[in-house]
Amino acid sequence: MGLEAKLNQDGFITTTVDAIVSWARKSSVWPMPMGISCCAIEMIAAADPKYDIARFGSEVMRFTPRQCDLMIVAGTVTYKMAQVVRRIYDQMPEPKWVIAMGACTSSGGMYRSYSVVQGIDQFLPVDVYTAGCPPRPENLLNALMTIQEKISKTRARDFQDIIPQNLELSNAK
Amino acid sequence: MDAKELITNKVKENFSDSIVEITDFRNDLSIVILPNKILELAKFLKENDELSFLMCKDVTAIDWATRKKRFTVVYHIYSFKLNFNLRIKANLEEEPYRIETVTSIWPSANWYERETYDMFGIEFLNHPDLRRMYMPEGFEYHPLRKDFPLLGIPDSLPLPQKPE
Repeated sequence: MGLEAKLNQDGFITTTVDAIVSWARKSSVWPMPMGISCCAIEMIAAADPKYDIARFGSEVMRFTPRQCDLMIVAGTVTYKMAQVVRRIYDQMPEPKWVIAMGACTSSGGMYRSYSVVQGIDQFLPVDVYTAGCPPRPENLLNALMTIQEKISKTRARDFQDIIPQNLELSNAK
Repeated sequence: MDAKELITNKVKENFSDSIVEITDFRNDLSIVILPNKILELAKFLKENDELSFLMCKDVTAIDWATRKKRFTVVYHIYSFKLNFNLRIKANLEEEPYRIETVTSIWPSANWYERETYDMFGIEFLNHPDLRRMYMPEGFEYHPLRKDFPLLGIPDSLPLPQKPE
């Protein structure tokens, strides 16, 4: 099918560790589906056969943060829920990325109100913001591809400084 | 005698000195009662055989902001027997804003009163479990009061620190 079909004998390729590791990482981004409200429906739609997030290697939605690389925050984050979102984010292993899906998550959206966090970047490091209310599945896939592009530019030594996450949970007193 | 007349007559008969007003606006009957008589009225409306208002559909409040009696507590109750919706109102006097709970009569009022306490800061006396419904414990304000700003009080709700 690919390269190996051209080979008449045992072949080998040369590459760098950084290139192969980042290629592997970006091709199997396992998302944490943080579906809080209506954006979650479009996130689910992105996983169905019509849009098929499996084409990008991200079909394994893990419902445990321990196995995830990417948190898709899909929905309105209230101040009460912010504690939960952060707690789950803290439990994800490094390296990890965050998509802020939709208007509410990115900026509070139409909920300009006392109860809704006006943008999750107040308490999470967001990598990609997705516009829309809710964004269409194509838009989420575009965000995922942007994340992949970002991952492909990483090198192993970028993560050397990352101290293992201190699991002192954010709302523990 | 239709349901409306029946209720009006019964209530006037038994609570003549504690009724502030009975109004009928667009076919909705409202009884305004003195706040210290709410429990007696509720008990009467539920337990009278001809009325039997068995269901409490909603308890909420109105903040009139500038009025002297600032808060009105509103109860919506329903009688299966008469197929009739009735509204009861009680205007609260000065601070502290307090009224007796009706949970002992209609258990469904439990969470409605918790919500009203959370949003308006009206204390329901003898309520079995008067905690906040929506806002986090320890929050000091009552969001649906008219003097509460739309975007809230800065730093009144805790947010996790951004990791670096």
